[in-house]
Amino acid sequence: MRRRSLLGAAATTFGTTALAAGCGSPSTPSSVAAGPRRGKITYGVWDVYQLPAMKKAAKEFERTRPGVTVDVQLTPNATYWTKLRTACSGGSAPDVFWMNGPNFGLYAANGQLLPLETEGPDAVVDPAAFPSDLVELYRWQGTQYGAPKDFDTVALWFNKELFDRAGVDHPDGSWTWQDLINNAQRLTDRRRGVYGVGAPVRAQENYYNSIPQAGGWVISQDRRESGYADPRTLEGLKLWIDMIHRYRASPTLQQLTDTDATQMFQAGKLAMTYECSYNAATFWADPALRRKVGVAPLPKGRRRASVIHGLANVVYAGTRYPGLAREFVRFMSSRKGALIQAEHGTAIPARNGTQQPWADAMPTFDLKVHLDAVEYAVPYPISTNTAAWSHKELQLLSRAWSGNESLADVSRSLTGAMNRLLAQEGAA
Amino acid sequence: MSVETEARPVTGDAPPPARGGATAPDQRALRKRERRFLYRDKWWGYALIAPAGLGLAVFYLWPVLQTLYYSFTEWGPFGGTTWIGLENYRTLVHDPEVWQSLLNSLVYTALVLLGIPVSMVLAVLLNLKGMRCTGLYRTLYFLPVVTMPAAVAVVWRWLYNGDVGILNQALSALGIDGTYWVSDPGVVRFAVAAVGVWMTVGYNMILLLAGLQGIPQDYYEAASLDGAGRVRQFFSVTMPLLSPTLFFTTVLSVIQSLQVFDLIYMILGANTSVGVTNPAYSEGQTIVMLFFQKSFFDNQRAYGAAIVCVLFVLIMALTALQFRLQKRWVHYG
Repeated sequence: MRRRSLLGAAATTFGTTALAAGCGSPSTPSSVAAGPRRGKITYGVWDVYQLPAMKKAAKEFERTRPGVTVDVQLTPNATYWTKLRTACSGGSAPDVFWMNGPNFGLYAANGQLLPLETEGPDAVVDPAAFPSDLVELYRWQGTQYGAPKDFDTVALWFNKELFDRAGVDHPDGSWTWQDLINNAQRLTDRRRGVYGVGAPVRAQENYYNSIPQAGGWVISQDRRESGYADPRTLEGLKLWIDMIHRYRASPTLQQLTDTDATQMFQAGKLAMTYECSYNAATFWADPALRRKVGVAPLPKGRRRASVIHGLANVVYAGTRYPGLAREFVRFMSSRKGALIQAEHGTAIPARNGTQQPWADAMPTFDLKVHLDAVEYAVPYPISTNTAAWSHKELQLLSRAWSGNESLADVSRSLTGAMNRLLAQEGAA
Repeated sequence: MSVETEARPVTGDAPPPARGGATAPDQRALRKRERRFLYRDKWWGYALIAPAGLGLAVFYLWPVLQTLYYSFTEWGPFGGTTWIGLENYRTLVHDPEVWQSLLNSLVYTALVLLGIPVSMVLAVLLNLKGMRCTGLYRTLYFLPVVTMPAAVAVVWRWLYNGDVGILNQALSALGIDGTYWVSDPGVVRFAVAAVGVWMTVGYNMILLLAGLQGIPQDYYEAASLDGAGRVRQFFSVTMPLLSPTLFFTTVLSVIQSLQVFDLIYMILGANTSVGVTNPAYSEGQTIVMLFFQKSFFDNQRAYGAAIVCVLFVLIMALTALQFRLQKRWVHYG
């Protein structure tokens, strides 16, 4: 039974992809061709929690464009990218779909996306209306391909109850790494199974923040070189490894494998955790947790930093409705489209000046922290084929986290592997 | 078959078709009709298996051939292949991850095979005369077989949890310090294999039970008249007569275990935010998990195709080997 489902699934996937691939890659229409003015455009998304907001925004767009319908298609995150890649090869991808940083390079470099105008009367994206890191994230070799939809920043979430019990002052903007270490140790209470802070191998939440805070870097600006040999980058990693092995203020990697850091925090076993802004809604949804937790800026290293990442709406190069698709993207990034998102409270809309309703939806959390982080934000590190090296990154770094290999050894093998993969991108 | 049974009474000596027996011309006419039946039945047969056969060809055989072809190419992320000959296989041979995960799959298979004696004992126990509630036990042992591997994995991940898992709670009541079962590189293979055995024991048990019930009682009576005790009866009567079923379960277990994917993938937490950061990931990762990673996450589909082709050959070789070795121990009574 298992045999059939497995090989069968794998084989059919191969089969359909191959059939699809035979149809040839889609042509890239120039910006002049606008296509039909009415019809049905499809919009591919992956987050079920954001579906109501997306549907509402689509309805609003339909209202202003008679004869146009928008079909919002939900594909669960687990299969979104596999399905999208297959659909793109076959010329049947949605006209407009969600894009993220790690996948953007692959689609832009392979001509799967339509360029979006940034100036003139037809401008789809107004670069000045969004945080610059987000606009930059979806620019490829000088051309804009994505309109920022939302963003997330990282902040320190803490459990007030555990702080009060240990008699530690709540964290605030003045905290440095040293404060984090000292207080995490004070908050650790092994008898109760409580730890000061979670140190999982998480990129966006953890080391993509501590690396720039230490003055290090993950990938060079030209996206050709790995930063994992820089001693300051290693300092950013060492903070977490020491938190487990030297200060003993975090659960081990094994414990965090069994129960992930966010779950532990929700269960009251972690006093502090680094979390993305989208988890605010998750914590808010639990009434008991809602009263117990608070949020503060990330502790400073050599400098203050929080990594920013966000999704974008992009237009498929093979769309039959290039004009309509662009209009829809423009609408989604407009003030009106952004405010519909903000009201639903799951993601922070990317457009400047539309974020406040998101924070107001959860009044007892000091969500200004997440919004202010934009001012000292650092861009999310990507390249053409980000997935290839970010996989290696997680795999190798976890060896240093578990203590099976020294950080110096891991740094050597990771730098080598990442540089090789980046060189392959350059050659391709 | 149906033709034969239909024809036999006519040509044979049982109920005479016509008064006074069949004459020679009659018989010739009958033979002719018989041939026509055979001919027509043949086409009916083909017609009836055509839908399934077509599906098999389109959805199984053709993709298999395509996969083989793609394993010799380089496949761009959005289609477009270039022939690169044996390059993927050359990379594969020098890829330590491939060897490691092949080893993991083989170890898992060997450990799951240890479940066959367990199934055997259970089958024999359930076949004992005077055993009560056999229906209940059969259901209990068979339940894991009909449970989704994904659900099984989620539940076992909790049972194995190092801090709050029920397994470690039970062990600590006995004064034993449990470990982190699914993230300790030293024990992870045994932990997942235990679940694998638990999942397959019921299936093998039912097969063996059917085999046991096919053994005529006379043999046991004869054996006991000859003075053979229970144990002797088991090894001299039960084992040889059950060997074809045992052979079947072994072949099937090897094929299925080498292809294990979802169960281990989810027990390791690879589908969650934990992903590949499980410290025991490289000791747990099976060859099909590696294929999945390469093909669908690392954008190396052709390389993934090469990996499954290697698995295909390995399974074929192991199965052929088993068929060759069966002559030494399987008795077809």
